[in-house]
Amino acid sequence: MDIDLSLPQPAVEAAPDGAAAFALAITGSGGAGAMRAGEILLEAASRAGLYGVMTRAMGPQIRGGEAAALLRLSPAPVSAPADRFDLLIAIDWDNFTRFTEEVPLGPTSLVLADPDQGPVPQPVADAGARVLPLPCKALVRKVAGGRANMVALGAAARLLGLPLALLEDVVAAQLGRKGDEAMAANRAALALGAAAELPELPHRLSPAADRAVRWTMSGNQATGLGVLAGGVRFVAAYPITPATEVLEWLAPALAETGGVLVQAEDELAAINMAIGGAFGGVPAMTATSGPGLALMTEALGLAVASETPLVVVDVMRGGPSTGIPTKSEQSDLDIALHGMHGDAPHLVLAPNGIGDCRRTAEWAVGLAETLQTPALVLSDQAMGQARAVLPPPPPATRTPGRRVAEPGTPGYLRYVVTDDGISPMARPGTPGGAHVADGLEHTPRGAPSAAARDHAAQLAKRARKLEGFDVGPDWADAEGEGNIAILTWGSPTAAAREAAARARALGIAVRVISLRLLLPAQPDRLAALLAGVDRALVVEQSHGRQFHRYLRAFYDLPAEVEVFARPGPLPIRPGEILDRLSHWEDAR
Amino acid sequence: MNAIAPQEYKSDLKPIWCPGCGDYSVLTALAKALAELGRPREEIALVSGIGCSSRLPAYTSVYGFHGVHGRALALATGLKIARPDLTVLAAGGDGDGLSIGGNHFLHACRRNVDMTYLLMDNQVYGMTKGQASPTTAPDWCESKLTPLGPGVSPVMPLHLALASGVNFFARGFSGNPNELARLILEGIRHPGFSVIHVLSPCVTFRPEQRAWKQAVHAETVPPETEPAAALARFAADDGFATGVLFAGTRKAFMPERATRREWRDYEARFAA
Repeated sequence: MDIDLSLPQPAVEAAPDGAAAFALAITGSGGAGAMRAGEILLEAASRAGLYGVMTRAMGPQIRGGEAAALLRLSPAPVSAPADRFDLLIAIDWDNFTRFTEEVPLGPTSLVLADPDQGPVPQPVADAGARVLPLPCKALVRKVAGGRANMVALGAAARLLGLPLALLEDVVAAQLGRKGDEAMAANRAALALGAAAELPELPHRLSPAADRAVRWTMSGNQATGLGVLAGGVRFVAAYPITPATEVLEWLAPALAETGGVLVQAEDELAAINMAIGGAFGGVPAMTATSGPGLALMTEALGLAVASETPLVVVDVMRGGPSTGIPTKSEQSDLDIALHGMHGDAPHLVLAPNGIGDCRRTAEWAVGLAETLQTPALVLSDQAMGQARAVLPPPPPATRTPGRRVAEPGTPGYLRYVVTDDGISPMARPGTPGGAHVADGLEHTPRGAPSAAARDHAAQLAKRARKLEGFDVGPDWADAEGEGNIAILTWGSPTAAAREAAARARALGIAVRVISLRLLLPAQPDRLAALLAGVDRALVVEQSHGRQFHRYLRAFYDLPAEVEVFARPGPLPIRPGEILDRLSHWEDAR
Repeated sequence: MNAIAPQEYKSDLKPIWCPGCGDYSVLTALAKALAELGRPREEIALVSGIGCSSRLPAYTSVYGFHGVHGRALALATGLKIARPDLTVLAAGGDGDGLSIGGNHFLHACRRNVDMTYLLMDNQVYGMTKGQASPTTAPDWCESKLTPLGPGVSPVMPLHLALASGVNFFARGFSGNPNELARLILEGIRHPGFSVIHVLSPCVTFRPEQRAWKQAVHAETVPPETEPAAALARFAADDGFATGVLFAGTRKAFMPERATRREWRDYEARFAA
């Protein structure tokens, strides 16, 4: 689809660093339709040839709470949070002050607010933004059945240069089921918003020159797709925010691809069911968030000891305890690394972007199956519940897969001690392969044993299969040159990449190293990536500097290390990373 | 049909159970039931949790999983749903199944997956050396942990199972392994979730349970098929009636699955 590009000012091509991306927020009380407006705008932008991302700021209320759709749109792929918003449209101001910090504004920001909905909140006024009236509710009163969010959407489209017909198409696709009358009202409300008296923005977005294939997905959907692609056909889980969408996406997909999803009575049952399915020979997973992961740790140890492959996805939220269920944080790293009792070698992986959830989840399945141990995948709410228009992610790293015992293997021993530590697994139904998988320490045959020699041999075997496995270069993403490195993981990677690109434009050479595989640690590989680096900036979203302490425990770091660690729910923004790099450079 | 001898369903491992433990006879009865069933050993799986009775899988020659405390039914549920072709059994004690695993017992009854659960009840935690379990009488004072007695009403497995929607409930006694083998076999053959409540004395910590031999009595009335009728009939159950006490008609739970699509079809839906 073509956009009318006859603009009053020349279109600014986005630099690859995303600096020319456009950030807008639509806010309103729960039920006002701010989220729906954001979803429609993202889809319309996608159809117009743009890339983009939409995150949600919301409280825990199911209805009636505060809500904001936070979008960033660009001709080039973009996924980091904006430093500040170019545009804020307030359908109303109800409860806006609960998340003012999540919508940073500045003197260059434009705020469109309904004057009938009360005064502009003080923090917005303090930001120095230009505030103009957009009387959504008064305008829409002329339209029977019209809704204020459609007026806001029409205004946003006009400011962005998106044709109204495109918006109408997307509205019809998303809301058409509500009937012709509702659609007519929506069209009228959109037109009112587009016709409102609005200023011209300093720049507009032009679509990407290429018409490359783009995907539209949330991180949680991408995770679901990844495990499905990896071969998972058995899922047992218990609902929990913000992981439930992984399961909701998987349930129908599994049912049509020969698999099954079971809703368990609790997380203890969920993970044990998954272990049962995996023992049965069907690749299995469960998905949860921090509180659920805490409940699952005993069974994770069982999967380690019984050498049962298993994927556990943790879509992290603010903790500890119930914490902040609807908002993001990277504070489950400690429990993922160290949560199990005993010496329990296992895999910990972390996608570092919305699209990356797809490949990392698939790789996790392959690694778990190959190494016969649980793989924890640490996603987070920011990625999981964000929706993005993005380039198709690269395929997952190939893995050998589960080593199975052939029927009638003479003298079959389930836990036979091998050079690489991996013992063939007999799938139930295989003649001559019957054995007892055991969480008790055991002999090579699987018989319970408290003997020191069996414990030593099995511990060493279970450690060896992870330590000796060649994980390949995809264990981390490393980009750039120079003697400064940003070391990060998970969702802050997007901000780190954008900060690095902007730093390079300023003449600061920076590397970005984002770890995708956290356990088993790869000290030699990181040492190679850090060759020539004398300063490292560690970037993470936790209060306790969990990632920094992990790095200290497993790796040699450059002499000079600075840590930018902040708890959720505020995202780490590219400009904040850039500030730290610049300070460093100035001090030199 | 009966091409495999009962002995073939036992392993060569020597049980760790105390001399006189009821669990030996449960093993014998199970082997006899499996031999009667006649399925090859590799098509059967036995899942357990933690406790004396949960050692059972190691002493059989079928596929087994000896998991963590209280979660045998959850693990067995996952196995059966992932592999409906297998005959799946779970086994464990009163502490494993009704205390730490009580929630899974309730949900296994209502979920009604086609598998069989041997609930080996000796009214005591044996492996931790003699503490009160959920089926222990409130005035049992022999535990150092509760020297004045647990003081809590015991769980009645039959009542709990019926109230939770169990589809088959039989009670057997380890001292009568032939009857027990018949009950296990009937449970396996009955669709849905079957509970075989086995009175299996702990002669070490509950030597008075030797008297169970005199207390058990075979139920002569045919099993009820409606839970309400069964609850009414067994409202004053003394806990020693053996036989099939309930045989319901609920359809076993097994999610539908089809193979009409490839995973790539789902991936393609994300492409703009």
